Amino acid sequence: MPHRTILHNRVALLLAAAIAAAALTLPFLGFAPNRLLSGRPVALWAALEGAALEGAADWLVLLPGAVVLAVPFLRPGRLVSVAYVAAGVLFAVGLVWLAGEQAARLAANAAPAARTSFGAGFWVMEAAALLAAMDGVRRLGLASAWRIAVGAVAAGLIGVMLASGRLDQLSILKEYANQRDVFAAAVVRHAVLVAAALVPTLLVGVPLGVLAQRVPRVRRAVFPVLNVVQTVPSIALFGLLLAPLSVLANALPGLGIAGVGPVPAVIALTFYSLLPIVRNTVEGLDGVPSAVREAARGMGMTKRQIFLKVEVPLALPVFLSGLRITLVQAVGLAAVAALIGAGGLGAIMFQGLFANALDLVLLGAVPVIVLAVAVDAALKLAVSIIGRRAA
Amino acid sequence: MITFERVTKRFEPWTAVDGVSLTVEAGEFCVLIGPSGSGKSTLMKMVNRLIVPDEGTIRVGGEDIAMLRPEDLRRRMGYVIQNVGLFPHWTVERNIATVPTLLGWPKARVRDRVSDLLDLLKLDARRFRDAYPHQLSGGQQQRVGVARALAAEPAILLMDEPFSALDPITRGALQAEMTAIHKATGTTIVFVTHDMDEALKLANRIAVLDHGRLIQFGPPLEILHRPANDTVRDLIGREDWGLKLLAVETVGQRVRPDVEKVPGAPLPIDAPLRQAIAEMVARGTDRLPVVDARGRPAGVLHLSDVVRS
Repeated sequence: MPHRTILHNRVALLLAAAIAAAALTLPFLGFAPNRLLSGRPVALWAALEGAALEGAADWLVLLPGAVVLAVPFLRPGRLVSVAYVAAGVLFAVGLVWLAGEQAARLAANAAPAARTSFGAGFWVMEAAALLAAMDGVRRLGLASAWRIAVGAVAAGLIGVMLASGRLDQLSILKEYANQRDVFAAAVVRHAVLVAAALVPTLLVGVPLGVLAQRVPRVRRAVFPVLNVVQTVPSIALFGLLLAPLSVLANALPGLGIAGVGPVPAVIALTFYSLLPIVRNTVEGLDGVPSAVREAARGMGMTKRQIFLKVEVPLALPVFLSGLRITLVQAVGLAAVAALIGAGGLGAIMFQGLFANALDLVLLGAVPVIVLAVAVDAALKLAVSIIGRRAA
Repeated sequence: MITFERVTKRFEPWTAVDGVSLTVEAGEFCVLIGPSGSGKSTLMKMVNRLIVPDEGTIRVGGEDIAMLRPEDLRRRMGYVIQNVGLFPHWTVERNIATVPTLLGWPKARVRDRVSDLLDLLKLDARRFRDAYPHQLSGGQQQRVGVARALAAEPAILLMDEPFSALDPITRGALQAEMTAIHKATGTTIVFVTHDMDEALKLANRIAVLDHGRLIQFGPPLEILHRPANDTVRDLIGREDWGLKLLAVETVGQRVRPDVEKVPGAPLPIDAPLRQAIAEMVARGTDRLPVVDARGRPAGVLHLSDVVRS
């Protein structure tokens, strides 16, 4: 049935359709005389035309793009999947490159305040290209570690372009140039907020989880409380902490506690982080088969040996999944903490929101996303390495 | 070797073990049998103090086990359970080496011991030593479970329905293995089961329990010939009592020391009568030649002698 062999891969077809539609109908870039005015759209073909007039090699981006579009109509096989992964990565990187080049061309004939931003078409195609690469990895039947490796290659290539200055005329990098003094400090502060919340979370959460797993009364008491905390909106929790901490600050002025700033942010992040840590500690320990526990006891292991040699290693993969959820969640929530003066990347985002400068918002948001994805990938890798043996 | 003196254990409101006194001799293969809830498992778990009795004393080798540290006591005994309970994150080798490692044996000795045990349980060392439990079949897992229990050369082996979850063919193979291991090592074995066929096949002596009380304690033939009450009769199964007897009694007990020449392949003198009947039916004859352990003629088995009580 020849008419049925045309369509081999529904996911690839969907992605190809998204790319084609975005390329034809959505603006690839937006060009504005300054950061406050909304821009005029620049289509993908217009960007390519601009390159062609200068004899630049930007059309090369069409090659991986064409491969991504063609894959749904090719007979599936290893070679096709490898080509799909490579084309997806190269297309994603090429789009960024094309955007940077076109921004430079537009800037050459415009005032210094002029801005070139990513358009909806760019975001759709970029996302589809990366999803295509991930779909290819999945089709090759490779372990999730490979997905992380492919993502790292794409990130590395974009990083090289950033470092080379080829992208400097894009609006988000112009915002970066303005924020250069505070950007690195904001990233560090963001990471410190998350790390500072992680310490009390682990110190309280892990023992609480172990206790809750062993004592049903503790389990019944702990989870309703943590579940309620989890449902309180983050801004409300920051507000709730304001009053008691101010009182505490006045009573004990020497401790550096205050109603606003990093301390309440860390306390609130700790509250949110407890649920996934405690829950996954309990679930991990619950997952140790009772026959394994009985055998360990019958063999003459002490309680301490059973815990350290049997229960901890077997519970570790589930525990690490909890840690992953906790960290990804905390990276996102720490952005909101900027509202109570905790600083971090959220401060840049809110500055952009209040100034109606969307690219400044992006400058804060993109590193938050990169940080969250990196933490997620690192811990997934750890889980897959540890979990492989005990599968 | 193991002595229970008026041992009682209650799980309120019911009494799991009720004043049981019992002595398991050194080197004996003792099977504890009874319907579910009879207390057989509880009685066995008190030997390695997984369960502590409310009343009474248990002595192992003359020592009151209440005076020992539970971990030290358990490391001196092998323990095999129905659900195997291999450590899923450890290789077969490390699983088997559990107790020797706890006892601090030198590495080389542990490694040699693991090799010997893999041989003893008929597991190919090259294939299984570095395998993880999830790569093994149910029967192979329980072979590793038995090897792990025997690792530190325990004087006592406790087995809690170890083969109940296995298919009949695998179970039969492992039962034969246990008989051979018992013969070769002389380990005292306490074996819990609810399957009378298994008990008759393995035991030197069978202890029948019901509602926490010891009903009868004796060799398989005595249990078959003189069941103490209806519970024991039910466990044997009233209808195939005769078949059970044929499975326990051997050719040697019924053979006629005739010099008469009977044609056909001879039966070994230690074969169960059940096998002799099967052979007679298959060959369409009522007499079979019998040979002793060294293959010399030992007489003739007549059908009429088999069926006479």
